[in-house]
Amino acid sequence: MFKAKITVTLRSSILDPQGKAVEHGLHSLGYQSVSHVRIGKHIELSVGVDSKAEAERIVREACERLLSNPVMEDFSFTLEPLKKPAHVKG
Amino acid sequence: MSKVKFGILVFPGSNCDHDAHFAASSVMKQDARFIWHKESSLGDVDVVVIPGGFSYGDYLRCGAIARFSPIMNDVVRFANGGGAVIGICNGFQILTEVGLLPGALLRNESLRFVCKDVYVRVEQTNTRFTGACAPGEVLRIPIAHGEGRYVADVNTLQRLEGDGRVVFRYATPSGQISSEANPNGSMNSIAGITNEAGNVLGLMPHPERASDPLLGNADGQKVFQSLIQSFTTHEFVHNLS
Repeated sequence: MFKAKITVTLRSSILDPQGKAVEHGLHSLGYQSVSHVRIGKHIELSVGVDSKAEAERIVREACERLLSNPVMEDFSFTLEPLKKPAHVKG
Repeated sequence: MSKVKFGILVFPGSNCDHDAHFAASSVMKQDARFIWHKESSLGDVDVVVIPGGFSYGDYLRCGAIARFSPIMNDVVRFANGGGAVIGICNGFQILTEVGLLPGALLRNESLRFVCKDVYVRVEQTNTRFTGACAPGEVLRIPIAHGEGRYVADVNTLQRLEGDGRVVFRYATPSGQISSEANPNGSMNSIAGITNEAGNVLGLMPHPERASDPLLGNADGQKVFQSLIQSFTTHEFVHNLS
């Protein structure tokens, strides 16, 4: 079992008005050194397979088919092994 | 002439399905019926309408989940066979997500939901959707969307323009293209495009909401009129499924 943490962001060539608005807000707060703000999505999910390679294949495919739109978005992800839930005594 | 059969898809969250049905049946006097998204077959239809709304609550991305509804397989088959498909607003978003139309629709540049009448210039009149319009005609049609900014990569955009597939462009009432008349920041002021074969149209404005003269504006009727008359125009008859 693996935990996947997925980040989906707009491609750098695509205007991100939300990022621009947030950047403007940060400048208003005095953070003049901040730039290139981009807003993305964070998705977490668990994959119930034993092999990391298989988990990677599944997550990549899910990102390509549904979780991101390759026309406008890029994705990246990390995989961490999940411990099986400990047996709880009744 | 027999009546044209409109099939109007209904997803959870569709909210312009009844408007489209009303425009097709009560205003244009054609046959119309709803098709629930869980159906696997469109049945006997001439035109598929993918209506506006917020299918699946716009979760993840607009149209991203609706495209996996069972009925969409048959819509793709119907479209690839030359059948007429019109996607309005959320329907346009679904058509790009399912890959029947290129590009994508992103958050409006203003970050605001925009609900108002806009003017669109008819760029092509040799399509099934605009045959009843005069070249360069300007139509007043309402928009109501938060994600209508059309984007595509440079090559796609060049191909769309070069092949005359940009059918509607946001314009001023007199037909001038300007950034002020562009309500959402769409590239090249694009409001509606067709696929390569010309049988699939996606547009952000709502022609069905401007189809009944009782409501003071019937400019949107032109789109329905064009579609209906395309079934008797020799040019398009070979496209009939």
